[in-house]
Amino acid sequence: MLEAIGSGFYGLTSGFTHLHWSNLVMMAVGCLLLYLGVKKGFEPLLLVPIGFGCILVNVPLAGLMEKEGFLRILYDAGILTELFPLLIFVGIGSMCDFGPLMENPKIFLLGAPGNFGIFLVLALALALDFTKLEAVSIGTIGACDGPPAVYVASRLAPHLLGPITVAAYSYMCLVPLFQPTIMKLLTSKKERMIDMGVVRKTVSKTTKILFPLVVTVIGGIIAPAGLPLLGTIMLGNFMKECGVVSRLTKASENEIANIVTLLLGISVGATMDGKVFLTAQTLMLFGLGFLAICLDTACGVLFAKLMRVLTGGKVNPLIGAAGISAFPMSARVVQKEGQKYNKKNYLLMHAMGANAGGQVGSVIAVAVMLSVLKGMGVI
Amino acid sequence: MDNWTFGITMVVVGMLGTFVSLLVLGLVISALKKLFPYKNEEEG
Repeated sequence: MLEAIGSGFYGLTSGFTHLHWSNLVMMAVGCLLLYLGVKKGFEPLLLVPIGFGCILVNVPLAGLMEKEGFLRILYDAGILTELFPLLIFVGIGSMCDFGPLMENPKIFLLGAPGNFGIFLVLALALALDFTKLEAVSIGTIGACDGPPAVYVASRLAPHLLGPITVAAYSYMCLVPLFQPTIMKLLTSKKERMIDMGVVRKTVSKTTKILFPLVVTVIGGIIAPAGLPLLGTIMLGNFMKECGVVSRLTKASENEIANIVTLLLGISVGATMDGKVFLTAQTLMLFGLGFLAICLDTACGVLFAKLMRVLTGGKVNPLIGAAGISAFPMSARVVQKEGQKYNKKNYLLMHAMGANAGGQVGSVIAVAVMLSVLKGMGVI
Repeated sequence: MDNWTFGITMVVVGMLGTFVSLLVLGLVISALKKLFPYKNEEEG
């Protein structure tokens, strides 16, 4: 009898006896993510479920990530299968407007240097003794887009999925804080004042409908390993532009995107176990991720300076900073910075074009990276 | 394959591949705009 009572009490106290210091730290990290999401408005749709998932998984003996735990079921169903980021990408595609990009196709090129940070940081991560697959996964933070980072990390370095996802989504929100400094350092006052004129509406509906098809087929043939990412974002965009499946478009950008975002967030949070997360490697990862996005901005601005020279001064180099995938935040930063130096300068639509190019560029860059890896026999 | 070779390959081929892909796509979009020009009536 006493033994039974003792066992009963043990069941109620064993949680406390199995609590590790790393669990407490990670619960604090989870609370920090909740604070950033709720109070500061940093990507709350992702940081709130990630933060909560992080707290849940660090409660000892709950077994939520054990074989039949509900977080394990969600993780296996959506993260291991790579389904969640792809479904979110359908929603993102249906929310994207590539019109400003199509009005001035040469702006498309800014999407390339705007994602060079991916490759540069990949090389740096290798030099810092990360494995090849870890370095590739860390580099994708430079895509400045959640779904590609989640897709690659879940496939190549699942033990880094938590920090990579948190880094990718958090740094997107920090874009307005660090981009202006980089833009100012790399451009002269005269360059910042360049007026690019007004963008006129010159794209036919047929072109807008064909754009996602063309990008899918050509991009898919060049980089087939990345077709899941490319195909899903372009499917969403095609549905939007064709105009005949508005129910599916609305479902993609609302119900599907919202449900999957919740499940993705909580599943990613579930990977943030203290013993795996709290390492020097994770700290380095956060530093490398931040560097990737800074390099994206720098490369974008430098390339835009080259375009300025080649076009005889028609391109304002500030729009190069919008060549990253932080859509549309980066475009707004460029508009604001441009107006600081020339109140008559309306760079927003040009920057939106560059930003849309960055969106496509990030998917193409990750697709190219996966295809090169496949060609080399690494995956 | 050693890390040095892997890193250089990824940087060179990756950056070049991304740039060329976007260049090709940009040219195709320009061609599409010429093939299917914007018409005021169509958009009305």
